Amino acid sequence: MAVRLFDHPFDPWALVRERERQLPLERLGACSVFAGRMRDFNEAEDIRAMFLEHYPGMTERELERIVAEAEARWPSITCEVAHRVGAVEPSETLVLVAVWSAHRVAARDACAEILERLKHEAPFWKRERLTDGTERWVEQNTPGH
Amino acid sequence: MTITIQYFARLREDIGRDRDEIAPTEELRTVGDLWQHLHGDPPTRLMAAVNQAHARLDTPVRDGDEVAFFPPVTGG
Repeated sequence: MAVRLFDHPFDPWALVRERERQLPLERLGACSVFAGRMRDFNEAEDIRAMFLEHYPGMTERELERIVAEAEARWPSITCEVAHRVGAVEPSETLVLVAVWSAHRVAARDACAEILERLKHEAPFWKRERLTDGTERWVEQNTPGH
Repeated sequence: MTITIQYFARLREDIGRDRDEIAPTEELRTVGDLWQHLHGDPPTRLMAAVNQAHARLDTPVRDGDEVAFFPPVTGG
């Protein structure tokens, strides 16, 4: 299991390649990756920047718990999860969930499950700065979007 | 000993501070008791944690616990 928080921009594909160098790829027929980037729009308004607040300690524990529970449900998987904290600008990667497995269904389903649980359980809060200079907290993640 | 209570995100701004410390008493048995004692009726969609694990308003609290209150999470 690998869970990482970054307070600076990270390259999700570099993390995937780095992890793959350590994995027995001849046994892992499937890799499912979700990389989420920051948009420059939300609810029809232009976003200049974002600040991602988190709960140091609990955030890491929650991500580790979510991954551990996925590994218990799909015992064959290997996971890499990364998330930004602090100041973020549009087009920068916010979240990476990568799951390797022998077969496609476990990789795909576990990747989707980890992402949805992260969005609704891991303590992160987005504060947006609009192009007119005002700031606002994002009130909630929309289920299934 | 005390119970430490932390606030995050919009809740911290609304309350105007990032933490409270409270001496445990017989009446303060649960997470919900702490909120009620400090702030009155809890808002809808209030989330809480005890010792960095998700909790509910009826989760018991003990001397030395780290309690946190926060709004719905919006990561990912």
